[in-house]
Amino acid sequence: MGDPDSSDENNESMTANPQLNRNGELTHLLSIEGLPASILWQILDTARSFVSIGEREVKKVPLLRGKSVFNLFFEASTRTRTTFEIAAKRLSADVINLNIATSSQNKGERLLDTVDNLAAMNADMFIVRHAQSGAAHFIARHVSPNIHVINAGDGRHEHPTQGLLDVFTIRHYKHDFSKLRVAIVGDVLHSRVARSQIHALSILGCPEIRAIGPRTLLPREIQGLGVHVYHDMHEGLKDVDVVTMLRLQNERMQGPLLPSPQEFFKNYGLTPEKLARARPDAIVLHPGPMNRGVEIDSSVADGTQSVILPQVTFGIAVRMAVMSILAGN
Amino acid sequence: MILTAQTLPDAEALLAELLRQIAPTVGKNTALIGIRTGGVWIAERLHKALGLNIALGTLDVSFYRDDFEQRGLSSQVRPSTIPFSVDEQDLILVDDVLYTGRTIRAAMNELFDYGRPASIRLATLIDRGGRELPIAAQYVGATLDVAPNRNIELQRTDDGRLSLVLREDTKAAGH
Repeated sequence: MGDPDSSDENNESMTANPQLNRNGELTHLLSIEGLPASILWQILDTARSFVSIGEREVKKVPLLRGKSVFNLFFEASTRTRTTFEIAAKRLSADVINLNIATSSQNKGERLLDTVDNLAAMNADMFIVRHAQSGAAHFIARHVSPNIHVINAGDGRHEHPTQGLLDVFTIRHYKHDFSKLRVAIVGDVLHSRVARSQIHALSILGCPEIRAIGPRTLLPREIQGLGVHVYHDMHEGLKDVDVVTMLRLQNERMQGPLLPSPQEFFKNYGLTPEKLARARPDAIVLHPGPMNRGVEIDSSVADGTQSVILPQVTFGIAVRMAVMSILAGN
Repeated sequence: MILTAQTLPDAEALLAELLRQIAPTVGKNTALIGIRTGGVWIAERLHKALGLNIALGTLDVSFYRDDFEQRGLSSQVRPSTIPFSVDEQDLILVDDVLYTGRTIRAAMNELFDYGRPASIRLATLIDRGGRELPIAAQYVGATLDVAPNRNIELQRTDDGRLSLVLREDTKAAGH
């Protein structure tokens, strides 16, 4: 990313929670970590009302009419960009998609110059996806207070709206977090989805979070977050209420951390036999896009316990909730 | 006469008055839609008393309010539920207090995102004047003078009885 050391943020904005304004309201959504539970509940409650908007014939409300929302994608992701685009359009905002991976950054433009240019076009909101952790924080500290920033995934750090839609989905089916056992399976080490979900679950009071995967793909510090670590699926899935399967990135399949995709599937792929270890009413989540036959068996992905497609539907409502709460603060 | 806590009318009596006005106008396509929160309580009572076939609708107009820029989104938004097609129906919007008319404007905009009703009429327990938009109620429980710095609020007890209270208005504008 650009050049963090050349900017002149004052010390106050470095120490205060950069996501909250002076009244303690959410003004940027950069990470789940550090958010008070009350704000997570507000987002989840508001998202419920947006679910029913999506079921109407006119799937639009006028909340963000006349606002300009910029999708700033420094890293390609058609699916995430589309969900933000739909969410913004259903709020009546104007959406501008910038695939910066293929444009001005290639011409050598500094990140903050790109941001300044768009701010000069009277942008109201930036949705930022970047390969480097902290990119959205960096932009949020730089922009003027009337501009809101949403992190749409930064490196290995966080993907807060994904974490929120995961907990929204879990709440929809399980109603209450206070007695849940949740297992997160696969490449936790490289997963911003896992990190955001773990933070969201613990803030909302989920008592037992498990991470299951090979030693090479589980970060060491994870136990510090109160997560129970398992290397064996049969043990780790026993009696859980929720199973979140993580996507195994293509570049990891050939890397030194794993023997082969086949071997990974054998040990950590979610099959009906392994899922039978979980509670009979357990639900299965996956952030998509799925690698069928690598982290998940087709019969599970398409099975009755899978809530992978409802996650997509709820994801739109959660993003509408986040955008409208930010725009109003 | 300026209203005081002592001279507030009985909400149950106003509800009976509304019912008396609405009952003769009910047809086979009449449907009630309550505006959250007070309007829903009144609409529930009217719906039951009128014995309507079409299920009761409820609106939360938070997504259509014109003061979103000033106040942001309410932290207690609830889903709107219209469990029938509004097309060609004769709708009666029900609210507790009619004041500036802005809530009704928002409610009508929302209704048109569900379809094209044949007609919309408005029932309100109290009309306190002070309109800022060209909106009028067809059914009115009572017309009252209320000081601009006061709000009338509808309350419901556990056994379902409705009552009115007068409060200091802490926000700049009311409804």
